Amino acid sequence: MSEINGNGKFLVGIYDDDDVVLKAVRDVKKAGVRIHEVYSPFPIHGLDVALGHPRTRLGIAAFLFGLTGTTLALLLTAYTESFDWPMIVGGKDSYSPIIYVPIFFELTVLICALGMVGTFLVSNGLGPTVKPLMYDLRTTDNKFAMAIDMSKNNLAEGDIERILKNSGAAEVNVKQF
Amino acid sequence: MSHVTSAVRTPLITGGKTYADVTEDISRQVEGRPTREWTIAFTISVIVLIYGTACVFWTWWEGLGVWGLNKTVGWAWDITNFVWWVGIGHAGTLISAILLLFRQKWRTAVNRAAEAMTIFAVICAASFILMHMGRPWLAYWALPLPNTFGSLWVNFKSPLVWDVFAISTYFTVSLVFWYMGLLPDLATIRDRARSKVSRYIYGAFSLGWNGSAKTWARYEYMSLILAGLSTPLVLSVHTIVSMDFATSVIPGWHTTIFPPYFVAGAIFSGFAMVQNLMLIIRVVFKLEDYITVEHIESMNKVITLTGSIVGIAYLTEFFIAWYSGVEFETYAFINRATGPYWWAYWAMMTCNVISPQLFWSRAIRRSVVWTFTLSVVVNIGMWFERFVIIVTSLHRDYLPSSWAMFHPTLFDISDYIFSFGLFFTLFLLFAKFLPVVNMAEVKTIIKSSSEKLPVSVSGVAKGERVANPTFNKDVE
Repeated sequence: MSEINGNGKFLVGIYDDDDVVLKAVRDVKKAGVRIHEVYSPFPIHGLDVALGHPRTRLGIAAFLFGLTGTTLALLLTAYTESFDWPMIVGGKDSYSPIIYVPIFFELTVLICALGMVGTFLVSNGLGPTVKPLMYDLRTTDNKFAMAIDMSKNNLAEGDIERILKNSGAAEVNVKQF
Repeated sequence: MSHVTSAVRTPLITGGKTYADVTEDISRQVEGRPTREWTIAFTISVIVLIYGTACVFWTWWEGLGVWGLNKTVGWAWDITNFVWWVGIGHAGTLISAILLLFRQKWRTAVNRAAEAMTIFAVICAASFILMHMGRPWLAYWALPLPNTFGSLWVNFKSPLVWDVFAISTYFTVSLVFWYMGLLPDLATIRDRARSKVSRYIYGAFSLGWNGSAKTWARYEYMSLILAGLSTPLVLSVHTIVSMDFATSVIPGWHTTIFPPYFVAGAIFSGFAMVQNLMLIIRVVFKLEDYITVEHIESMNKVITLTGSIVGIAYLTEFFIAWYSGVEFETYAFINRATGPYWWAYWAMMTCNVISPQLFWSRAIRRSVVWTFTLSVVVNIGMWFERFVIIVTSLHRDYLPSSWAMFHPTLFDISDYIFSFGLFFTLFLLFAKFLPVVNMAEVKTIIKSSSEKLPVSVSGVAKGERVANPTFNKDVE
């Protein structure tokens, strides 16, 4: 994954509780430590804001993909029904957009959903052959991990460990990638 | 803090579960050897599937003449089964998407199995479309592809083509929604896997999920948009299915009430099927702490609501048939109730209108035995509803000289049985190899909806984090 460049040493604070880790993020940041990332078994609301992650633009991607779907549907029906093989069925005009609303809707939803999910996977570097960097295997079970990239912090290891412990970490481990 | 919940709310998760308990309880059946109950159920399903598959192949080999169709009743069990299965598929997306948008926490314990049910139900529905085509190897003709006959395209003005778009979109989006929902749990299973094979397989399917805050934030956003997309999709699919009938001129079909009526019926039957499946799962997999009486009651409330809507729709149909002054319409509805298929009509009325009204009683609503029985009754009733709409409308058309009766043959029945074999085989495979309850989502509600605080907490004032004050005393 692209998030780690070269051999990195990480201090990993392990927390038992989601509220504690959320509070710890603020405390650790206040103490001047740069947090690499926090890992949890379920989403913690407000954590991305506390970490300073920018708001996701997936919504914009979804809108654009949806627009693409509508356009495709419009072009498909217009081309087939008006130019390639104009046909009057049941007395309806060969091209009347209102008849094709179901087609527009379905293709909009289909392209929007597939495009957005694809964007999500690509933007998070997820894929069948991806080997995840796990700072602690228990973060997919019941623990919460705060990873501190030592190469991006000027504080001494002992100081960071103490800050993590003071913030409520049950244990602090060293992880080398 | 965010986890304060009113003491008047009954816990959704019982047994004082911790996060680790959730993982342990749900992963158990995935990681352990198959239970005896599962093995027996799976064996029966596979036998039924094999028998059904043989019958389906015989149907294709001989042609649709093996069915009881005739010139007048050209659609019968095939389309009845198709509409019924599509309807069943609707509860999954409803639970996942619409209840997510409405912030209904009780959905978390049942959404995974309900979504799986949707996928498999839509597969069963699609199998009847393939059967009904008679020549399934030409199924691709329904797709908008330039073909070998020149520039002849599908008729985009036909509800049957809308159906192709609607159902394939519904299936694809539901599958994606379900799979995306599985990612965090697949990662959990991956990280707990002991064998190399499991680690590899769950590793590949979990797509490298590591649960970072950034991923979770995007994931939640994506789930919300997918829910927003799926919600109108649910409505559109059964609306379009209903248009297969409503845009025709057959008395009994040509009604504007069909779209909302079909959607309500779909949710009605879908929830009944979810009840059946969840009640079995909770006992077989010992998940009574996760799928509680509260969940059962909530779903029964939805069944009561949608059942009542369906009941009103039946009465509205009758009223409009009379009020329109069209003699053919009036005849069609009187014939439904008193004609040769009166038994199907009254079976439908009894099962769909009367039986769900029993859920107004709190004791019945919260009873597992009553719920299971009434859910089976509702599913039978909804099958009869589709049968009544299709067969009784067709068997008396405008020309009395062409009036005919439909009698199912062994192949009509066997092909229906095939779909049960297919459905339960797929569902049992799902129940064995994937977590039937969404672990990650259940963990998010455990503090606010559980009997006890899941873990001892340090660093945060205890009084602020009370999940349920009544139960919190012993933790403090």
